[in-house]
Amino acid sequence: MREITYGQAINEAYDEELSRDPTVFILGEDIGKHWGAAFGEMKGLFDKHGPERIRQTPISETAILGSAIGAAVTGMRPIAFLFFADFLGVAMDEIINQLTPMRYIFGGKAKLPVTITCYSGAGVSNAAQHSKCVEGFLMSIPGLKIASPSTPYDAKGLLKSAIRDDNPVIYFVHKLILLSGIKGEVPEEEYTIPLGKADVKRKGNDVTVVAIGLMAHRALAAADKLQKEKGISIEVIDPRTVVPLDKQAIFDSLKKTGRLVIMDEEPKTGSAAAEIAAVVAEEAFDLLDAPIKRVCAPDTPIPFSPVLEKFWMPDEEDLVKAINEIM
Amino acid sequence: MDIKKEKLIDMYRVMVRIRTFEERVVKEFATGNIPGAAHIYAGEEAVATGACANLRPDDYITSTHRGHGHLIAKGGKTARMMAELYGKKTGYNKGKGGSMHIADMEMGILGAIAIVGASIPIAAGAALSAKMRGTDQVVICFLGDGATNTSRFHEGVNLAAIWNLPVVYVIENNMYAESTPLSAVCKLANASDRAKTYGIPGKTVDSNDVLAVYKAVREAVTRARKGQGPTLIECKTYRHRGHFEGDPQTYKTKEEVEEWRKKDPIPRFRRQLIEMGVLTEEDADKIAQEMKREIEKAVQFAEESPLPAPEEALEDVYA
Repeated sequence: MREITYGQAINEAYDEELSRDPTVFILGEDIGKHWGAAFGEMKGLFDKHGPERIRQTPISETAILGSAIGAAVTGMRPIAFLFFADFLGVAMDEIINQLTPMRYIFGGKAKLPVTITCYSGAGVSNAAQHSKCVEGFLMSIPGLKIASPSTPYDAKGLLKSAIRDDNPVIYFVHKLILLSGIKGEVPEEEYTIPLGKADVKRKGNDVTVVAIGLMAHRALAAADKLQKEKGISIEVIDPRTVVPLDKQAIFDSLKKTGRLVIMDEEPKTGSAAAEIAAVVAEEAFDLLDAPIKRVCAPDTPIPFSPVLEKFWMPDEEDLVKAINEIM
Repeated sequence: MDIKKEKLIDMYRVMVRIRTFEERVVKEFATGNIPGAAHIYAGEEAVATGACANLRPDDYITSTHRGHGHLIAKGGKTARMMAELYGKKTGYNKGKGGSMHIADMEMGILGAIAIVGASIPIAAGAALSAKMRGTDQVVICFLGDGATNTSRFHEGVNLAAIWNLPVVYVIENNMYAESTPLSAVCKLANASDRAKTYGIPGKTVDSNDVLAVYKAVREAVTRARKGQGPTLIECKTYRHRGHFEGDPQTYKTKEEVEEWRKKDPIPRFRRQLIEMGVLTEEDADKIAQEMKREIEKAVQFAEESPLPAPEEALEDVYA
């Protein structure tokens, strides 16, 4: 099968959905002819689909998302590109008070097919205002779906599903995966991946590692090492969407392993890892043979200097240490 | 006057409908039949009525926490509105929104949005949608004077301006953002002067005169429909009651309240229509009686309607 990058996969998903459905359009900062979004994953879309559908906006996050909401309730299917995940904070009223409760408070009458895409993640020394992962922060907002693809295949399939979904979806483009240029198999043929279906990235019998976004790559690297050096067999589960969360996939894995580590690039308190741990403790306690471990970032803002940032980000060593503690 | 007699009478009827509805809400809120909060539109009827008289059924409005008047003027049904205020299953939002969130997508009422200023970019987006779908629909975004100090006023109006979107921003300047006079939080004498910042037309109208509002908005709606972009219209008006029911309004003087009561847009329009020979005293009284009966029925409908089942709280989160 052909191999393409994460960025190419995202580009194909945008392009195919824009071509398939005339109500789809993208609005956001710097997405037009010159940059094709800050990291170039929208290159070519402007030339092909034009300025009406690839709408470059002023630096106005609240207006980008606010107008996407207005367009969505009147029959369009907008993609609001909000640049860095950190900037979701600028448009937080739109997320928590407008977009997500609107269908509910209007008694089920409004449909809000809005996809928000943005760059998440640390690892490129962008410091505390351009590096966040915020899955856990967003999980407590009813009415939202949250996708964090880790591979080119997932990136394409999940983005197509997000755009077609009749609900608000936030889709995170992890910038370290994007900038790594890492390639993966992506079929030429049309496909989608349902939101709410986890993927077992590696089969194993001793420990279940649930790893979100970039962390799935680090978990796979650690699993190789542990297998080789210690003969410990790790099962790596990528939830792909933390909302809806594929609980069953995690429970099924725990039936084999009895041990759970959750790896998440967020400050530990209130993280997606915290919620997943709570779900397992509440609903599947009997499957556990050891305490649940969370491998997360410390509860600090994200530092700039590479040495500080590397220390801050959860990595293979942190995961190996956590696994050793419960074996 | 180039407005048909039927239209004038209809506008008068809408104003009386709003006032009658609001007076009843005051009563039912005081007696505890309406839970939550109530923000009463009485005194501002000429704004919603004059503005919405320019719209087609397929045009859109966005509304605010003080939204009952906008909804009625756009064609909202008073019985379903009252049922929503009562928290009943038959209400517009099945009891999930209440006074501050009534919406009727079929009537183009994109909803009362109760975070001040939030509707400004949302209205721009609805206008963008109309433009992209190739219709000539127009959006009226109602906002208060308080909303002109939010960041979204700047972002939303600017976006509508640069993209020439078919939206009319109607600022209801009732002189107070909650308890704060606009003069204390804005250096401009007219909020419509802010239009210059965005390179769009701005106009201030005396909003005790429903026909002045109608004409100003008509011009703006015509511009919008032709694809000439947004307009900012400031309607100087006054709310007869507090920001919310129960607000002691210590920030207003008795003299000021009295002065504005004398300018009440409803008796003024009634006198005007009688002078024009459009209505007789008897006709006007008849309309008042008719509206009283309608609102009585609306209350009866609300009272007799079933409550939602408690578990319905779990429905309508996702499509």
